[in-house]
Amino acid sequence: MTKVKSLADLRKMKEGLESKLNLREKGNNTESLVQIRVAMATCGIASGAKTVMEYFIDELEKRNIEAIVTQTGCMGYCYAEPTIEVTLPNQDPVVFGYVNEKKANEIIEKYIKNNELVDGIIPVNYESIQK
Amino acid sequence: MKELSLHILDIIQNSITAEADLIEIELFENIKENIYSISVKDNGKGMTPEMLSHVTDPYCTSRTTRKVGMGIPLLKQNAERAGGSLSIYSELGKGCFLKAIFQHNNIDRAMLGDIAGVIVLTAATNENIRFIYTHKTDVGEYVFDTKEIKEAMDGMSIKQLQVIKYLKDMIRENLTEIQYSN
Repeated sequence: MTKVKSLADLRKMKEGLESKLNLREKGNNTESLVQIRVAMATCGIASGAKTVMEYFIDELEKRNIEAIVTQTGCMGYCYAEPTIEVTLPNQDPVVFGYVNEKKANEIIEKYIKNNELVDGIIPVNYESIQK
Repeated sequence: MKELSLHILDIIQNSITAEADLIEIELFENIKENIYSISVKDNGKGMTPEMLSHVTDPYCTSRTTRKVGMGIPLLKQNAERAGGSLSIYSELGKGCFLKAIFQHNNIDRAMLGDIAGVIVLTAATNENIRFIYTHKTDVGEYVFDTKEIKEAMDGMSIKQLQVIKYLKDMIRENLTEIQYSN
């Protein structure tokens, strides 16, 4: 694949991508996608949240899973960073702590693909932060 | 933090919390003058003089989930260790300007790391904020402006995983061209 270097390249790339995505775009409200939010405050960043976020972006794309990966603030579980919140379509969000690349792989393979819970889920009384 | 780009990632979160819709990040390198500086400027809600005077204190934070705020103190420590300094200017309602200066050749200056990833990941999460990232070296200058990107993408979200990847590559290519130092 040619490299994107200028805005003109970007436009060209976008056209190519558009035809590929067109089919899916139609039902593209965020609720129908897997949503992952990575806690990205000082505590998270210092313990490797960015690496985890990059991993999810690269791997979900490679494994052809439609998802949105975004950042969020501190969830208050600084001891368990990096933490992520995964929301599968039409389900309640689940928070995982101590996520490294190995754990991330397990989360993709087991939880996201097969809806099996894996170790490392944080709390009972957790509610999604509106941010 | 091990990399300067992670500090930038952290500092930008402050601007986002301050409800800015324009965040300008500038990296400036000058080998002759031995300067490596990072500045972040936003048009968020700014700080009161009282808050400003406490902002380098680790026990100062605006968040409610915990009592410590280490972002700015850690950057300050890192800058001072590398023979530099940190300064912040802010006025209530007028945004904030933060500048960290390092000695370019100081052995304790942390590496820049993956700045392309930091900028793109943050821009993709906050699509309603305009980010302008400028990188100046002795050789030249590169400007990444999300407004231009948005126009080029013409309605397509930059949250798309493939787009994130393309944008990162684009920044990396251009930075190599201006021979940036990591």
